[in-house]
Amino acid sequence: MDLQLLATQILNGVQLGVLLFLLSAGLTLIFGIMNFVNLAHGSLYMMGAYVAAAVFNTYGSFLLALLAAVPAAILIGIILDRVVLAGLYSREHLDQVLATFGLILVFNEIVRYFWGSAPIYINAPQALRGTLEFFGFEYPSYRVFIIAVGLLCGLGLYLLINKTRVGMLIRAGAADAEMVDAMGTNIRRLNTLIFGLGAGLAGLGGVMAGPILSVQPGMGEPILILTLVVIVTGGIGSIRGAFYGALIVGLVDTLGRAFMPAAFNELLAKSLAQAAGPAVASMLIYLLMAFVLAIRPHGLFPVRNG
Amino acid sequence: MRQHFLKTIAATGLGLSMALANAAPAEENRDELKVGFMGVFSGGQAALGQDSYDGFMLYLKNNGGKLGNRPVDVLKADAQIKPVVGAQQAKRLIDKDGVPIIVGVTFSNVMLAVHGPITKKEVFLIGTNAGPSQIAGKECSPYFFSTSYQNDQKAESMGSYAKSQGYKRIITMVPNYQSGFDFVSGFKRYYQAPLLDEIYTPLDQQDFSAELAKIASEEPDAVYVFYPGGLGVNFLRQYQQAGLLGKIPVLSTSTTDAINLPAQRDSALGVVTSPVWGPDLDNAANKKFVAEFEKEYKRIPSDFAAQSYDGAQLLDSAIKKVKGHVEDKAAFMAALKQADFPSVRGDFKFGNNNFPIQDLSIFEVVKDDQGRFNLKKIATPLKAQQDAYHQDCPMQ
Repeated sequence: MDLQLLATQILNGVQLGVLLFLLSAGLTLIFGIMNFVNLAHGSLYMMGAYVAAAVFNTYGSFLLALLAAVPAAILIGIILDRVVLAGLYSREHLDQVLATFGLILVFNEIVRYFWGSAPIYINAPQALRGTLEFFGFEYPSYRVFIIAVGLLCGLGLYLLINKTRVGMLIRAGAADAEMVDAMGTNIRRLNTLIFGLGAGLAGLGGVMAGPILSVQPGMGEPILILTLVVIVTGGIGSIRGAFYGALIVGLVDTLGRAFMPAAFNELLAKSLAQAAGPAVASMLIYLLMAFVLAIRPHGLFPVRNG
Repeated sequence: MRQHFLKTIAATGLGLSMALANAAPAEENRDELKVGFMGVFSGGQAALGQDSYDGFMLYLKNNGGKLGNRPVDVLKADAQIKPVVGAQQAKRLIDKDGVPIIVGVTFSNVMLAVHGPITKKEVFLIGTNAGPSQIAGKECSPYFFSTSYQNDQKAESMGSYAKSQGYKRIITMVPNYQSGFDFVSGFKRYYQAPLLDEIYTPLDQQDFSAELAKIASEEPDAVYVFYPGGLGVNFLRQYQQAGLLGKIPVLSTSTTDAINLPAQRDSALGVVTSPVWGPDLDNAANKKFVAEFEKEYKRIPSDFAAQSYDGAQLLDSAIKKVKGHVEDKAAFMAALKQADFPSVRGDFKFGNNNFPIQDLSIFEVVKDDQGRFNLKKIATPLKAQQDAYHQDCPMQ
């Protein structure tokens, strides 16, 4: 097998992984600590991308777009938490699913109203539009940038969760939210903080994805499904689980798509291989999830409950 | 002698009564006419349905809100990309609203679900986009007319172009569903040589990094792709970022168009594509259409809009011919079949299966004289081409 191609595909897998991590880190905390099923997380990702595209098209600066979109996503997240979702936290999961699914439709219509149905333009900063040369192979520099930003966020979250007082509360909340409340911490405020943090990360993910994926209504749904796979695989409520889960899902998905069809070509007749290869490759992450759930029902890196 | 006389009288009488029957609706029908317009109006592909609708409504508006001389009430029906929803909407339009004509239908899977139910109820269906092979062949119907194309046609012209360019090593890359298979087989039909590789990606896959890495390592002469809507934006941007744009030519179908170009911009420069219509086709009807559309909607029309505009023109011409009596189905059917309207794509007539026989051109993405990203005609590989399935259609 071509080693350079393999290296490229591994980088592709890591890049998809860190993008998924940006979404799943927030979602896993919201699931794990607030015990809240938030299907509208993909909408926050979409809002991040749209705000970034709007700023980018007005001022032409990607950095400015980034600096505007992340706070905007946080703000939208906090407003959602305080105004819309506040009454839902104590309700059943099914109610939460219904309400946040409704929010997906609302957000899609909001962006359609303001920006129309067609995809809108945003591009990587000029310096990152080319390719970088690694040991004899070229790789898109913007994807390297995504990997760097994602890993930095991972490091930042690690420090936040493990080295700060807020992080301690978040860890405690993940282990036993009621007890944290009983110990006198304002769990409402902690929840708002977590929701805002998750929204900001989702918004950041949207900005990062903007230059490679089309910015259009409904762009949050496909990635939401992958995100759900990540947090189930990694373990709900665990940032560590989200990080490794995202990388595993990213790598399995990418390497599967890259090499599965060729492998099938070797083993099967061509017409059968062309049908089965891509089909099995696209099922791979779900098979992985089912396998993980069968042997480790709480995910690969579950939250340790004392 | 006397017998002969009687025969003559009888023949004259019969002839007269037939002439009268033909001219029977002497009075012109000017009552309001309900027309259903079905398309995708929500979800990620809503822009396609909207452009179709805008093209249809543009003609209607500039025609005083009338088709023939009948004022028209257009009932919009959102079929999404779901066959089941399309079938429900068709049933509603026919049973509840009682429309005699339905126009539009964006996606082939929806077309396959609504074509039978609509035409079996003897309601006229004017397809302005989707043209799956089944309804061009065995399942053809005299109640269906297409002002767009049979799906394979767009890929056939590109296959023919690829052959004429002398490309030897070609990789095709399309989503893993029916239209993707149709386009690849249409491409092969006229390219007439083995492909280097065929890549199929799941329809919901947004990121093509793995496939692009493979293309970069294979270094083909050209790639042929079909990625509709937002997928086309993803594909070309990622192709550019991978450093492949300008290095390996992109031949495409429904991947770059007036809807996608504002989001693709320079990532689509030099890409060639094969719609059945382009904004620079040189005929009077097209110049009028493009100018009116840009004035009304402040954007460049897409082929979706052009095909629906032709649909409106077709209906207008046929309703005029029958003096508004669309309820006279045989007469209306014959009037539609004549295709007596100035199509924005130039020469246009219906084949036996009521799909167009038309010239198929190739367009390249360029910057036009106003600095906008636009399509420019560079070749017309197939002239007066008829689809590959018309022989399977029993209609004459």
